[in-house]
This record gives sequence, C-alpha cells and structure tokens, in this order.
Amino acid sequence: MTIKVVRTGLHVTVQDLGRFGFQKYGVIAGGAMDTGAARAANLLVGNADNEAVLEITLTGTELFIEKDTLLAICGARMSVTAGGELLPLWRPALVRAGTSVKFGACQSGCRSYLAVAGGLDVPEVLGSKSTYLRGAIGGFFGRALKADDVLAAKAPSLLSERMEHALRLGWNGSFALPHWHASHFAIADNLADPIIRAMTGTHYELFTEASRAGLFSQSFQISVQSDRMGYRLEGTEKLKLAKPLELLSEAVANGTVQVPADGDPIVLLADRQTTGGYPRIAQVASVDIAVFAQLKPGERFRFERITQQEAEQLYLDSERDMRMLKAAIALKFNAAK
Amino acid sequence: MEKTATELQAPIEMLPLGDSAIIIRLGSSIDEETNRIVMNLSRRFEEKPFAGLIECVPSFVSVAIHYDPLLVKRSRAAAELQHATIFETVCARVQTYLSLGQLNASGQAARTIEIPVCYGGEHGPDLGLVAEHNGLTEEEVIAIHAGGIYLVHMLGFAPGFPYLGGMSERIAAPRHQTPRTIIPQGSVGIAGKQTGVYSIATPGGWQLIGRTPLALFRPQDEIPSLLRPGDSVRFKPITERQYKLFLEGEL
Repeated sequence: MTIKVVRTGLHVTVQDLGRFGFQKYGVIAGGAMDTGAARAANLLVGNADNEAVLEITLTGTELFIEKDTLLAICGARMSVTAGGELLPLWRPALVRAGTSVKFGACQSGCRSYLAVAGGLDVPEVLGSKSTYLRGAIGGFFGRALKADDVLAAKAPSLLSERMEHALRLGWNGSFALPHWHASHFAIADNLADPIIRAMTGTHYELFTEASRAGLFSQSFQISVQSDRMGYRLEGTEKLKLAKPLELLSEAVANGTVQVPADGDPIVLLADRQTTGGYPRIAQVASVDIAVFAQLKPGERFRFERITQQEAEQLYLDSERDMRMLKAAIALKFNAAK
Repeated sequence: MEKTATELQAPIEMLPLGDSAIIIRLGSSIDEETNRIVMNLSRRFEEKPFAGLIECVPSFVSVAIHYDPLLVKRSRAAAELQHATIFETVCARVQTYLSLGQLNASGQAARTIEIPVCYGGEHGPDLGLVAEHNGLTEEEVIAIHAGGIYLVHMLGFAPGFPYLGGMSERIAAPRHQTPRTIIPQGSVGIAGKQTGVYSIATPGGWQLIGRTPLALFRPQDEIPSLLRPGDSVRFKPITERQYKLFLEGEL
C-alpha cells in the first residue's frame, strides 16, 4: 500500500509504543499518546501492537489511498470519511485505491491513530519508529508529516492477508468492512466529566494540607500551553509546598504530575524529558494516561485518588482486555479460513 | 540488610513512581561518593536485569527503574506470591541487588573525555559577562574552566546533555533573566555553580562562554551519547581555526 498526504491539518507524526533503553542518555521515550488506541488499531489490521502508526491530532487531515489498503482508525471520536462516505472507526476497513480519507469534525477526544496492514515502513532509530522532533530522529525523517509525503507499508502478516482476503468479497463503494468492531476500547466516547485516577506522588506529603486536599477536590482545566511533552493544568487553588524545597533532578515517568513554583501542576506525557527537578505531587495511573491524552486544551477533569494496588490491578485488567482482542481477531480469521 | 546499612550514610528509600516505575534513593546531596554508588547499582541492574525490568535511569542520588508490571507478576517466584502488590515484589528484587557486595567500590575504570572548546567571540557571547561578574579577565575564566576535571553525574534535560559536577565557584554566574529562544548545539555554558554543554539546539538561559565542535548526541551510534554517567570530562581550549578544521573533519 501507499498513502499520500494531501493535507496534514494540525499535526501528524509517526509513532509506535516508544523508545526505551536510552533514557539514561537523556533520550526521551516518546511514542503514541493514547497507546490503547494505537495498539487496538494495529491489532485490528493483523499487526503486532507495536507497529508504527500515524498519530493524527484533531481535524483537517486528508490522505489519498494510492493502492487498496487494509487500515483501521481508532482514538478520538470524529467523523472520518472515505470517498465521501462515513468510515466507521474501531474496525478494519479495506479501502479502495483512489479514495480520499478525510478527518472531519471532532466530537470528543483529540488524537486518532491510523494503522495499515504490515505497519508503516519507516526505519527504526534507537530501537523505535517514534518521531522525536527535537532530536530530529525516528518516524518519517525525524519530522512531522507535510503535504505530498508518501508513506509505504511493510509486507503484511499472514493474518492481515487473510483479513484482506475476507473483506475483498464485501466491497460497498469505497471500502469494505466486517460486521464487528472493537469500540469497547473507545475511550474518547466517554469523556464527559472525566475522572483521572491517580496515586499520590513521591513528594505529596511535602505539600500544604490545603493543596493535598485540593488536588483531589477541585476541577482542573487543561491549559492551551499543552503539548505532547506535557499538559499544564489550571485549578482554582495554586498548589504549594509546606516549606521551600530544593530538589535534585531525578527520573520522571509518563503521567508524573509535577508542580513548579507557580503552583500550576504539569502532567508529563509521551515526549517528557527523562528527568525533572520539580516536586511530584501525584502520578496518573497508567490506564488513565490514554484517557487524559485524549483531553483537549480548555477541557476540565478531576483527579480521583487510588492506591498502588488498585492502579496495578487496573493495569493488569486492561492488558487482559488487549490480549482478548488480539485472540478474538486471530480466532475469527483462522476459523474463516 | 546490615551490609548495605554500613555501606551507605543514609537509609535507602524505595518509592513508587506510579504503577510501572520505582525510585531507589541512595542519598540526599550531590557528591561523588553517592554518585559512584548510584552508578554501581545501575550497572548491576543492567548486567543482570530481573524479569520485567525495562530500563534504568541513574541520576544524582537515585536510580529509577521502569518496569513492566505484567512481566514482573508473571515471573514471580514462590516466595514472591504472597506480596500484596507488584511494587512489593520489585522492592524485594531490588533488595537482592543492594546486598550483593560493595556498592561503593571504585567500580569500572572511569573514562576521561576531552571536549575541545572555542572560548569567547561569537561562540561564547557571555564570556565577558562571566569575567566581569567575578572580577576576572576572560583569559582567567578560560583557564579556570579548562583547568577543572568534571564528573558526569547524570544525563538528562536533552539527549546527551551532561549534568557536570566540580566547577570552581570562582567562575559561577547567574542565568540570564530572559532565556534565549535558541542556543546553538555545542554551546558551553555556566548557570550558577554548574557548567554544561547544550547537546542539541534548545531555548535556554545559561551564560554561553564557548562552543565545542564535538557532537554530544549521536543518534546513529549504538550508544547515542558521547558522554556516559560516571565519565570524567576535561575542557581543552582551541582556536577559531582549529574549531573550523575540526568541523571539516581535518583535525
């Protein structure tokens, strides 16, 4: 398959699940912001979950499909059309050569993931295909996509070939679809009054009593100064340390909530620096990082406090769901053969 | 863990960094002794990683481990099955590394890396300010900066960016009130009592005293950084001409 970029809209990059093993050299982890959607999109086209996908931010992207392509789009709840017809999300679609795929109005969420059978064919740099813009490495020549870029896919897996073969019998205009979908992973469909579950951070006890309580009682708004590196939050109360503190820089993680001197917390995300020196009041549970990453500037949410044990159990449960999706897809197409 | 208690001045803290990482804190202040323990422990994890370990990130006084909770849980030994949390299992595994031999041993042979620097001029626009701030001549600032031996305590902030220890306070200088929007790659700067090298072009507020033609971030290499935590660094003054020759690959 080949896909030509007609318009990028706001921001489109190639991402996988991240670059690991080099954080000790200051190389960021990166990777998809909503890993659940990126993984599901890959599984839906018969790929391993870590293949390179397109991360499409908000609306305005238009892609031209040059050859018949098995693809899946997961993530934000938005109207995507192929050849002018609404293309359902969260399910594989065999899209006919010569079709334009347009990303339109966004009802909720802000990031979509497009996977193609075989995975996007970009080289691995330091063990990952994720774009690291500031380091100018990974993804598509180390940069965001622009108009006229042409992307190719690697050879599809046997499973992908079987899926494509099965779908080829059911063309209906510009694309062919199966009857099933995986929309139970569609986080962005449930973003009204979002609750983000979090554990207390390593410096939680050092904040004032009011700040500690305020973290879990007030609602926060996502600031416009937010990006893949981190989301700045604005609450009604500034968060303050009980007494001044000089900290030494040390490692941070995806979802670390740190509080600089101005009292407005920052939630570190995929493109975070490897280390940080601000006090850490909280840590978003891994399972809710994907939920959080679908929130847009201006949207509000609340933190809910959970324990380490609860966060671990939620993580294990979500991994079990992901394995079940993978197994279900494999079963469908091995049985169909 | 009697042995570790005697090896270290401060008690070891193990703190969860969310549900998939742990911070092992081995001290509370920046010093070479603590940093050596950090590097030795980090090396132990890398030489013999436990099941589920993804990567280690050493810093001034701590080692962080990013791990996969599912792989840790699946690999639990009989004795670990009673743990209430996966974090508890990780802590128990970390304990075994802490009890293996001397953490404060001088460790593997340290590398000393020489970094050529063209001081002053267009490459070091703030050299005069740093001199003035400290009542020194520019030549004295260069001599003091290039006369020191610096320890790479950690890498962070940007790929290949070293946090160096050991700068003389005689050339300390405050950051710029307003950071520059872009600082060229290779710029050598001073901020307070720290010195460092901008490994990629970024915004920043450090006082720029020179520039190196060496690339600190090397994405094409297996180890993508010129410097590694634990290395020693020495700055060597070079002329503008040598700087150019170096960039052209002729030096």
